[in-house]
Amino acid sequence: MVSAAQKIDTPALDVEAIRADFPILSTQAHGKPLVFLDSAASAQKPRAVIDAVRRCYEAEYANIHRGVYALSETATRNYEDVREKVRALINAKETREIVFLRGATEGINLVASSWGGANLKPGDEILITALEHHSNIVPWQMIAEHTGAEVRAVPTDEAGAFLFDRFEEMLSPRTKIVAVTHASNAIGTVVPVKDVVATAHARGIPVLLDGCQGIVHRGIDVQDVDCDFYVFSGHKLYGPTGIGVLYGKADLLDAMPPYQGGGDMIETVSITKTTFAPLPHKFEAGTPNIAGTVGLGAAIDYVSAIGHDAILAHENDVLGYALERLRGLNDIQLVGTAPDRASIVSFLIDDVHPHDSGTILDQAGIAVRVGHHCAQPLMDHFDIAGTVRASFGLYNTRADVDALVDGLHEVRKLFG
Amino acid sequence: MNDLRDLYQEIILDHGKSPRNFGKPESFTADADGYNPLCGDKVHVYATVKDGIVEDVHFEGRGCAISMASASLMTEVLVGKTEEQAQALFDKFHELVTTEHELVGDDDIDRLVVLGGVRQYPSRVKCATLAWHTFHNAITGAETPAKTE
Repeated sequence: MVSAAQKIDTPALDVEAIRADFPILSTQAHGKPLVFLDSAASAQKPRAVIDAVRRCYEAEYANIHRGVYALSETATRNYEDVREKVRALINAKETREIVFLRGATEGINLVASSWGGANLKPGDEILITALEHHSNIVPWQMIAEHTGAEVRAVPTDEAGAFLFDRFEEMLSPRTKIVAVTHASNAIGTVVPVKDVVATAHARGIPVLLDGCQGIVHRGIDVQDVDCDFYVFSGHKLYGPTGIGVLYGKADLLDAMPPYQGGGDMIETVSITKTTFAPLPHKFEAGTPNIAGTVGLGAAIDYVSAIGHDAILAHENDVLGYALERLRGLNDIQLVGTAPDRASIVSFLIDDVHPHDSGTILDQAGIAVRVGHHCAQPLMDHFDIAGTVRASFGLYNTRADVDALVDGLHEVRKLFG
Repeated sequence: MNDLRDLYQEIILDHGKSPRNFGKPESFTADADGYNPLCGDKVHVYATVKDGIVEDVHFEGRGCAISMASASLMTEVLVGKTEEQAQALFDKFHELVTTEHELVGDDDIDRLVVLGGVRQYPSRVKCATLAWHTFHNAITGAETPAKTE
């Protein structure tokens, strides 16, 4: 399990320097130093991101793609520069394959509605997995309802691992699209996405990957993995809320009808007829989240400067330590024990309800997520209502894990 | 941990762990489902009301210590009440868990005061009120499950 962590004696990342970059980490909760273990829900922001957003509004803000004046040209350039940063981050072939949206949820809704609306027919199947976040379930159910297609889900085993054999079995001539998470937000399972894509492509089926956790904890090379769509949210990658990315292969995006109509996505408009702008603007109706996009650019610069390998090694070190300490507590049951996992740990404390645990941990300054993590089908699979989830980002430390374990002792003390 | 002891008083831990009137009774005159979408907790309340008097209340479901204890205490205090008295007690209970008002004590509200600590934890108020909303729906015959949202 997480053997990489044990092999590395000293993580190559200066975590104290990183922690100093995140102003919120020096605040307190209930008079205790904040121990933030909920980055999988939304990560905290480094000073560089906060400053970039402020600089945008203070000195470089105007609407984009419109003005002939200098400020608008600066704002447009800053916005479009981030498109190139995203392209480089995920190694897309072209910047026009990068669509800025509110978040991953909007990205999946766009693909389900636009691609699904144009391509799905009664009897067709959409194949997802039991690991999915609600945002990779509900949009597909909605388009299935609309088109007469059907949503099917590949089950997981007791460990919450991706079952490749079952996936292959469930691919059928009726399967028209596969939509799978890169890594489970609820239990951390990492899906072998490259093999998933190759297997689906061998049958001519396109694949959408939900990269919300994957982009943070694994990174992606969309040309190497060869996925057709990849979505992620900026706020989980240490960027602002309200900005996310849809990557799509240019030929697919080109063939898809627009998702929303409005300004900025058109070429010419008359009362009876509109011609649409080329990619990516066809899918960016209305004034976008300009400052959020600039902030996302700063977040990408920030994590890129630290380096993906150093972040992964550090997260694996903290994850390995957390698993070791939690396994040492005999009243803790881990939920999800897949061998390949991101730095997310879900667990239960005997018969103590997660919400009670969460409240007690909160009083100790420890922020964890409790509940179903927007993955109710997965909770149903384990026959539980929810879990306590600790997720570790690049700023978390072994000391945070120790604080968590101390907090769990308080839970045990109170509940006897 | 003194603050937490205000929330998790012995009586709450006791009722949370060993809820009274738990399970489906042999007979009942009204029932309803309750659901807290925030945490996924579910409760089902069974009530027997004859001639306008609540004769018995049972419940089943799963949830946190607060929601289980609140449901358990509710099944005890409601017995013998008229439907109007039950509704008035619900209103009073809601006030207890959401405001700092000093409530004029009577035996019933005194029994429920242990849940008053919840008001310090806004995200947990819904845990305490779920069973009460569900009881309300049961006796008013509401078709849709009670929700805390």
